[in-house]
Amino acid sequence: MINRKYFYQGLKSLISSRSPAIALACSFVALGALMHNAGFNLQQSAASSFFTYALPGQLVMTESFLVGASLVNIFLSVWLVNFRLYPMSVALVPILKHESQPRWKYYLSCHMIAVSSWLIMKETYKKIDQKYRLDYWLGIGCGTLSAAVISTLIGFLISDYLTKGMMIGLAIVNPVYFLCMMIGAMNNLKIIVAVLSGGLLGPIFYLATPEWSILIAGIVGGTIAFFIKDKKNGSI
Amino acid sequence: MDLSSNLILVIIVTSGATFASRFLGILTAENLSDKSKLFDWFNCVAYSILAALIARMVIFPAGALLESTLLIRIIVILISAIVFIHSKKNLVLPTILSFILLTFLSNIY
Repeated sequence: MINRKYFYQGLKSLISSRSPAIALACSFVALGALMHNAGFNLQQSAASSFFTYALPGQLVMTESFLVGASLVNIFLSVWLVNFRLYPMSVALVPILKHESQPRWKYYLSCHMIAVSSWLIMKETYKKIDQKYRLDYWLGIGCGTLSAAVISTLIGFLISDYLTKGMMIGLAIVNPVYFLCMMIGAMNNLKIIVAVLSGGLLGPIFYLATPEWSILIAGIVGGTIAFFIKDKKNGSI
Repeated sequence: MDLSSNLILVIIVTSGATFASRFLGILTAENLSDKSKLFDWFNCVAYSILAALIARMVIFPAGALLESTLLIRIIVILISAIVFIHSKKNLVLPTILSFILLTFLSNIY
């Protein structure tokens, strides 16, 4: 059903020197504390991380709930803020595919798509036999998802002991982790252009339209990068 | 409606809105080859969106980071990136360091 060797290999990405565990822990501990303060209970906080597993969306949910937004409004703002998962998932599935793998595994695996697991997969997939990439991916996904849920629980339980300074410190870890992973990923001209143009256009568009800025910057920046001819023949 | 069932609805709505994008991605990619131009475009857009997201998190943050100044955030990020590059791309060191640095600095300022 699931190839154990490759599943464990994926799971092991959590305990290397390139581990996303610290970044996940810090951001989901902060989220757990935030949800505690917003009035969610322990089970609800854990369920949110398990079933949503996308930090920006959960933050939007918590904030919208606090200001009393309607369910339709919450749906729309979460959908917009998590829409980045759509191009990420399109750019992931083709490298996982193998005819020997059953369909249910793809549906299960799409829930594991998040920035950290996606960046790890993109960095390492070429070393993995195409036939078993889906099993490897499920290993990465189960590891990162469990880390997120456990950290949310911890954050919820220790929220009273977290000082304001610590909450600020926790909030910087995720961007630092993403940035370092992006620096690591910038190994061909296309990706370099995509990252630099997105990073530059994002804040500029934010001034005009905060809600849509990331999406528009990504589409414009990505399209610019798409037309760059890479010397390595577009290795991705 | 009482608060608790309201919260559960909020969680279900959030999870549904999030899963929709992931699932739509799987459907779009079903017959897509990783050698195709369309895959290449989606890949560029995905990286670009992530970069835009990171830049927004640092320059126009939400939540707790609002309490720190832009200058301090940029200093912490630069130091962490330098540590990352000089530590054979170790990720544990810069992430822990960034937490300690910003917690310390935001207690002073």
